[in-house]
Amino acid sequence: MKKLKFSKQHVLFSVLFVSVMLLPFATDALLGRGWVRIVDFAMLYIMLALGLNIVVGYAGLLDLGYIAFFAVGAYCYALTGSPHLALAFPLLFPDGLHLSFWIVLPLAALLAGGFGALLGAPTLRLRGDYLAIVTLGFGEIIRIFMNNLNAPINLTNGPQGISRIDPVSVAGVALNTTQQVFGIELPSVHLYFYLFLSFTALVVFVSRRLEKSRIGRAWMAIREDEIAASAMGINTRNLKLLAFAMGAAFGGVSGTLFAGFQGFVSPESFSLMESVMVLCMVVLGGMGNIYGVILGGLLLALLPEVLRHSVVPLQQALFGRIVIDPESLRMLLFGTALIAVMLYRPAGLWPSGVRRRELESDEVAP
Amino acid sequence: MEIFLQQIINGLVQGSVYALVALGYTMVYGILGLINFAHGEVVMAGAMLALSALTAMIGWGAPPLLALPVSLLFAMAGCMLLGFGIERIAYRPLRHAPRLAPLITAIGVSIVLQNLAMMIWGREYHAFPQLISNHPHQIYGAIINDIQIIIVIMALLIMAALMGVVHRTRLGRSMRAVAENQHAAQLMGVDVNRVISITFMLGSALAAVAGLMVSANYGIAHYYMGFLLGLKAFTAAVLGGIGNLRGAMLGGLLLGLIESLGAGYIGDMTGGFMGSQYQDVFAFFVLIAVLVFRPSGLLGERLAERA
Repeated sequence: MKKLKFSKQHVLFSVLFVSVMLLPFATDALLGRGWVRIVDFAMLYIMLALGLNIVVGYAGLLDLGYIAFFAVGAYCYALTGSPHLALAFPLLFPDGLHLSFWIVLPLAALLAGGFGALLGAPTLRLRGDYLAIVTLGFGEIIRIFMNNLNAPINLTNGPQGISRIDPVSVAGVALNTTQQVFGIELPSVHLYFYLFLSFTALVVFVSRRLEKSRIGRAWMAIREDEIAASAMGINTRNLKLLAFAMGAAFGGVSGTLFAGFQGFVSPESFSLMESVMVLCMVVLGGMGNIYGVILGGLLLALLPEVLRHSVVPLQQALFGRIVIDPESLRMLLFGTALIAVMLYRPAGLWPSGVRRRELESDEVAP
Repeated sequence: MEIFLQQIINGLVQGSVYALVALGYTMVYGILGLINFAHGEVVMAGAMLALSALTAMIGWGAPPLLALPVSLLFAMAGCMLLGFGIERIAYRPLRHAPRLAPLITAIGVSIVLQNLAMMIWGREYHAFPQLISNHPHQIYGAIINDIQIIIVIMALLIMAALMGVVHRTRLGRSMRAVAENQHAAQLMGVDVNRVISITFMLGSALAAVAGLMVSANYGIAHYYMGFLLGLKAFTAAVLGGIGNLRGAMLGGLLLGLIESLGAGYIGDMTGGFMGSQYQDVFAFFVLIAVLVFRPSGLLGERLAERA
């Protein structure tokens, strides 16, 4: 009989797998159910950050309006999976559309990707900083439209947002209910955790395959030196467009998940600061390195919650009142961290090998 | 007809503010080839500083005609310091880094400034004290008040002065030299770092003036006012041809006109489907259109090739 061999990597991987699978139960037991929800949101942010990593980390295109694609995905499912369309088109959809999540998901990815291509086409042949500003403007525009498209046809319900969105259901089981599996009670947040976990795993898998593929290598060549890349026969425009559209599609997928999980979307969730936050995750974690980005996403998604739970009581204890509100302290920390990381650790906390090598050689070169 | 004229006047007033801010973007871009993303926050800081100084001086019983120029000078000095600091901390160490790096630090600076302002001045809108009479004048049925007249005249004077500095003084000559070729300028004995610092300070001083103008015109100041203003002024700079001083002025005025005419007539054009709440969308569409059809801007050189 063949002897089973366990390499160190296998052991590490299984330990990691088991601990991630047990994470919601551990969090629930130690910190309470509210924190499982926070962990769920952290997973969503990680997905977003991985999507943006394709654009910023691989292809080196700075996208400051990434949250707009998230919004496109979220509104896609919000419109087609809630009773809201009954308000806009009472004759056509008397009860709303209520499409299945699994039908909307690919459509939303396609639509978000289409938006990405539409936005990228005129701007990608220009310099990188123009792209940054245009995407930033696009993010704001999407928000303005969502805020105002409640008249004359009530499409987005304006600032109030769309509520009563159907939950995601997997194999006929709606995830907003508590389920019993082998006698273990699984509340809704746990179910969503596993859903998000599988999607994150999928995104990680796709990212990893992309990174090593012909396309991924071409992206990195463009990032390093566009002129040299195009001299090597790389169609830089199409590949940049592909990176942009693909990143946008990932954003759209996370958006639909968000809408299904939250059951409610409003333009408020898609502000510029959200884009900046996702960008921070990618930059701080390490542009171009999947594990760095996951680390960045986890850190930045959990940090505000930790701050919220520590800063307020701490200030109460020290000064007897709240001197600095946690929200602006968080943003202040983000801003400072962005500057500091760029100055002292330009490749991020956990940089990719290529990036590190290239930055080290930069220092040697005159 | 009155409405048309009124929109033109509003557009010119708003446009002169855009032009002043756009000059800050364009000067820095001309010299460093860098978009100073935090410039909008400098405008906000200028407005807030001027407002604080003004409130304090009025509180001490100073006459408005003294308080206004003094607080303007105070805001300009504060913003110059701010601009100097921003360049030193966030841009100078990264001058030879990849393009993405200074852009990211600029976003960082922008967030820090916004939140500092929020901590100092709070989240609420601050009312700007009424100092100059805003007596309305009638011109063929359209209305323009004293503040608006002062804004337009002051903006024109400042732009003329700036052109004088850039084209007729020794400092201006070294600025143009650095913009042309940093290395060669250095060999010719120009202190490049000093010129860059001064450029940032000049741009920030203009931003302070613009900030005071905006808040005086609308009567309010707010910690978040810099972001959208900065974005639009950047659009104005791109529209005129970024890196080109005359372009920034022209772009600013044009963008002001486009916005105000657009907001005034979009309701009629779309049959009431879209209203003036879409005003902020125009700047963005102008930006896209310029980038698609004439990326070098109206008066600019061919920039797209300098990738």
